Amino acid sequence: MIRSFTATAAMAAVLALGACASPNGDTRSASSSTPRAKGTPVARDPYPSTYRAFPGTPTLVTNVTILDGEGGRIDNGSILFADGKIVEVAQSIAAPDGATVIDGQGKWLTPGIIDVHSHLGNYPSPGVSAHSDGNEATNPVTAEVWAEHSVWPQDPGFARALANGGVTTLQILPGSANLFGGRSVTLKNVYGRTVQAMKFPGAPYGMKMACGENPKRVYGGRQRMPSTRMGNMAVNRATWAKAVEYKRRWVKYEESGGDAPVRDLQMETLREVLDGDILVHNHCYRADEMALVLDMAKEFGYKVTAFHHAVEAYKIADLLKANGTCAAVWADWWGFKMESYDAITENLAILEKEGACGLIHSDDANGIQRLNQEIAKVMAAANRSGMNITKEQAWRWAAITPAKALGIDDVTGSLRAGKMADIVLWNGDPFSVYTRPDRVWIDGALLFNANNPRLRPVSDFELGQPGEGDVK
Amino acid sequence: MSRFKLKLAALLAATAVALPAAAQDVAITNARLVIGDGSGPVEGGTVVIRGGRVVAAGTGVAVPAGVRTIDAQGRWVSPGIFAGFSRLGIVDVDGVQETDDSRARTSPFNAALDVVPAVNPRNLAIGISRSEGLTRAVVAPRASGAIFGGQGAIIDLATDMDAVTRPRAFQFMEYGETGASAAGGSRPAALASLRNTLFEVAAYARNPASYLDRDRQSLLTRADAEALRPVVEGRVPLLIHVERGSDMLTLIDLKREFPRLNLVFVGASEGWTVAREIAAAQVPVIASALTDLPSSFEQLGATQSNVGRMKAAGVLVGIGMINDDETRQARLVKQYAGNLVALTRVPGATGVEWGEAFATISSRPAEAMGMGGEFGSLRAGRRGDVVIWDGDPLEVGTAAQLVFIDGVEQPTVDRQDRLLQRYLNPAEGALPKAYDR
Repeated sequence: MIRSFTATAAMAAVLALGACASPNGDTRSASSSTPRAKGTPVARDPYPSTYRAFPGTPTLVTNVTILDGEGGRIDNGSILFADGKIVEVAQSIAAPDGATVIDGQGKWLTPGIIDVHSHLGNYPSPGVSAHSDGNEATNPVTAEVWAEHSVWPQDPGFARALANGGVTTLQILPGSANLFGGRSVTLKNVYGRTVQAMKFPGAPYGMKMACGENPKRVYGGRQRMPSTRMGNMAVNRATWAKAVEYKRRWVKYEESGGDAPVRDLQMETLREVLDGDILVHNHCYRADEMALVLDMAKEFGYKVTAFHHAVEAYKIADLLKANGTCAAVWADWWGFKMESYDAITENLAILEKEGACGLIHSDDANGIQRLNQEIAKVMAAANRSGMNITKEQAWRWAAITPAKALGIDDVTGSLRAGKMADIVLWNGDPFSVYTRPDRVWIDGALLFNANNPRLRPVSDFELGQPGEGDVK
Repeated sequence: MSRFKLKLAALLAATAVALPAAAQDVAITNARLVIGDGSGPVEGGTVVIRGGRVVAAGTGVAVPAGVRTIDAQGRWVSPGIFAGFSRLGIVDVDGVQETDDSRARTSPFNAALDVVPAVNPRNLAIGISRSEGLTRAVVAPRASGAIFGGQGAIIDLATDMDAVTRPRAFQFMEYGETGASAAGGSRPAALASLRNTLFEVAAYARNPASYLDRDRQSLLTRADAEALRPVVEGRVPLLIHVERGSDMLTLIDLKREFPRLNLVFVGASEGWTVAREIAAAQVPVIASALTDLPSSFEQLGATQSNVGRMKAAGVLVGIGMINDDETRQARLVKQYAGNLVALTRVPGATGVEWGEAFATISSRPAEAMGMGGEFGSLRAGRRGDVVIWDGDPLEVGTAAQLVFIDGVEQPTVDRQDRLLQRYLNPAEGALPKAYDR
């Protein structure tokens, strides 16, 4: 996915340069009898990532229990990483000259946890209304807003997710008040002075959509459409129909020139969804609503990458599998609203058993600190019900599967040679409540070390406050 | 036998024979036994329950003749979990307002509101909590429109219709940011409201008959005054939700003026910053265990080490859940207590050793409520609330296998098990899923 996204962006850049090189960029005079000049596509990456990997030293961890994040396990294994990348994962690796060697006796090592559903930065701590930047709840369709324009890079929650949770990558989504909530942004969990400095290089954008109770409650409460689930679908369909037409006009312009259509930022996002370059992340709890959304996606020619929250995914595991759509879920949240009434802890496990794509997510500044414990709960409940899910299998729910859902699985999400060295060394079995991260590396840089207070990030907000630099 | 299969077997049995309604005498032997008083587990333990109460627990305890005996085969056996602060059994679905009896936004009453008629023993959250090994819970109303929320209860989580163990067990109050907002917009307003109320209650106590119902300008109805009288007289504890260190000191100062007040702090994220003062004032704390974000300006010092540091300073600390899905998820206190043990291995953190961590969800909250002689441990004389687990009860993924409340064996199949049973194989069979049960 990164490759295709990069290719599209590169092509857009080339076309843009070409257009600039032509006199005035004026293509209106082109006639049908002469070769038509092409139109100028809109730049697709106006807020580019400035993230750079921080320096690391070549590091070898030996004698450690490795879960590779894509289903493999090596007991008493070794991993070598250097220059930000994983070099080798094997039973035994000879230490290169100058490498830092860590004895992993009694410890476990995994790829960093990836959370596809977070509001760190756009609903940061402290949760005062001045910081409430996650829902542009003024219109049910706000596909034009971008979560990165709300993210506060100084949210203390990033540090907790790193030090307590071993989270190395996370997707920040707009909230679920709107049917079309806006674009998401995928971040490296590394503090930056700007949000651009945290953006995961090359990660595709996502777009948040929402089913069910939230949009109809928010807008119905204001005597506006939608106030019902059928209203939700009607507004969705009308919007997609408009987007299909918008795309048609732009494709025609880009291929044949002529007058550039008027830019519509809302439609621009949807057009990129229709192009397959922006991934749809759809908040949707109920099985029946997910089924309707899958048909709607076929009706208008887009794909739902993942349903989020998806508490009833287990009821339609076969349908999700057939559509190639993932379900991102909690372990045991239930009953907080009507559409979460039928939640069961085995949800994710049933998806696994049926061969559908399931993964864990947090949607919570506290829950993101314990996603390892959440998958442990699911695994235990599943195995009591007669399934046989191993730890190496379950770790995929927090590693390669969320990486796939974010379109970054070719560069992170598992311990493969050449991938980013996004790694957690745990002080024990991460399926135990008694285990915490010992060290966390992101792109091979050691950014948390439980034994070194200087390697415990403190956001600007917490500097000079009670408890600054505390273990938290 | 797996928990699921065990549960299915129980389900089938339940349709065949009703569970005993009355307490049975029972002895559980060969247990990895947890007393719940802060001590660690012991191997080869026995617990004996007669007439609904524990008569003996420990090693070398003899099993009386003729008593039903269960061989735990080395499994963990502990007192049932005591949820130190919850809103279990009074809300069906948080987002469905008509099912939410935890608050009464437009009632003219506040302290008088009594959760007892709100408690529904058939509430789903009670069943789901019970099947996770919870046996008792502190159930508190919410405050809205006034600093006082009303009178809370101690309930059991058994299937019978008599859930309330101790009605009007405490009064609940909001201080800090929430209390300030309810009182008119500031902490001084909350404190003025509290002090005025306490004086009015004293006036009521001197001559209840003369304290006629007044209009809202009087700030305190007769019913509210009546409910607060045992609080002012120190007979009923006053649970106060408070997070900021300086706010706790303000409330401790209030005890000088009203020395009979029996205060219990709830939440207490910054308790560690004033732990010596809390200990000296002998104010017990029912703390949020894992709060570690500066979620508000009254929680800037929040850290997961809070419980451990308060304990180290000599404060009596149990775990409760406030503003943390406490209508449904009290079962998470087990995981929270386990996380406090995890901190013992984190450099610079202050954790809690296993036995004491377990006590934070059994005897300590009961003691904080002044009911340690009745609940929360397997010491002789306590209620016969006992759980047999398939593993370490603080470890994620461990399940309760058998649950006794007041000596009565409880069903542990809940609605979520029924959904699992129906959808373990999602594909429909010869008939729609609606016929599959």
